[in-house]
Amino acid sequence: MLWESVLAALGSLGGGVTQLTVPHIFMIAIGCALLYLGIARGIEPLLFVPIGFGAILVNIPLAGLMGEEGFLRTLYNMGIITELFPILIFIGIGAMTDFAPLLENPKILLLGAAGQFGIFLTLLLALGLGYTELESLAIGIIGACDGPTAIFVTSTYAPHLLGSVSVAAYSYMSLVPIIQPPIMRALTTEHEKKITMHTVHKSVSRNTKILFPILVTLFTALVAPMGVPLMGPLMLGNLMKESGVVERLANTSANEIANIVTLLLGLTIGATMEAGQFLNVRTLGIFALGFVAITLDTAMGVLLGKLMCFASGGKINPLIGAAGISAFPMSARVVQTVGFQYNKKSHLLMHAMGANTGGQIGSVMAAAIMLSIVSGMGLV
Amino acid sequence: MSERWIFGLTMTIVGMGGTLVSLWLLSVLIGLLKKVFPYHKEHAHPKHH
Repeated sequence: MLWESVLAALGSLGGGVTQLTVPHIFMIAIGCALLYLGIARGIEPLLFVPIGFGAILVNIPLAGLMGEEGFLRTLYNMGIITELFPILIFIGIGAMTDFAPLLENPKILLLGAAGQFGIFLTLLLALGLGYTELESLAIGIIGACDGPTAIFVTSTYAPHLLGSVSVAAYSYMSLVPIIQPPIMRALTTEHEKKITMHTVHKSVSRNTKILFPILVTLFTALVAPMGVPLMGPLMLGNLMKESGVVERLANTSANEIANIVTLLLGLTIGATMEAGQFLNVRTLGIFALGFVAITLDTAMGVLLGKLMCFASGGKINPLIGAAGISAFPMSARVVQTVGFQYNKKSHLLMHAMGANTGGQIGSVMAAAIMLSIVSGMGLV
Repeated sequence: MSERWIFGLTMTIVGMGGTLVSLWLLSVLIGLLKKVFPYHKEHAHPKHH
């Protein structure tokens, strides 16, 4: 009896090895690769470290972490199914963002709109490749270059794609300094690259900064009410920052809450990268389409920048159009770097920051409109 | 034309058009807001006596 008991107990050990399959090993390797990118290369470490580790955990056989009573499932149900995590992150982002460069020159919001073209063109491409309507929506939203927006839309309409869409979105956002410059150089003339823009003067009152988030929230509520869960928290965070009377709440949102939720969000995204769901040709397609989305965003932003340059009589440097995406502030810095390479007197950073924050609002507005259209079409 | 393409083109036309128009409108409203509440240097840097 004792011998049988010992044998049975020994048999239960090492189950992780006997149940391990090649796809599991491959996904654990991908998790390790994300850890390498985050830790050794410093690429989006706040997300790649928890995502990578979550991917490793979920691909350990028999651990059951995404099973009904697994802690990753609990976190997933708590924060992803309810859409709570991206919403809380948005409050933090709003509390960290200074919209003053955008408010100095509101016309730059149009560049934020152009920077969302990639979403819709990629949606069409995804449909052409055979993805369903809702899957195409989730893939197209990679073009928003906004993690919480991508997570919000994907978890609502195509939760089985959450792992691949999130990793694609954050990977390409970190690759903006590599993806954007060749497109910016190819689409602008030598003269356009060297255009110097006027110095940004302070022209925004405190009242404007306080009323701006309220205005945007109400505007979104009227135009695309389904998007208020995205725009509202972003603007709440910004209102807390600009009002100056709830500094503790703004600081907590921007720091403690944002950090805690980032950790939990990363883990749960990693938890969706189970071998059976992640390893297929469709995931490769998502990564390819995500790249297309960001290149189209950049191209359309620069092209609209050229149009604005023409309309303004050469006062606007088209390069700032590339910053009309939501990858803040990386894209603005890329514009400054590229512009400076061609003209040492050109300081495009503040203008690019305006376009970048415009892209932030543009991406959320585009998602809000998409959500409202989908609801109106009765697809959900 | 299949329903998928109708969906895709509707999303592109209305979605992209809607984004452009709504952000343009928002830029106009922000301009109005700045006119109603103009920036005054004295408010930013109040003189202390």
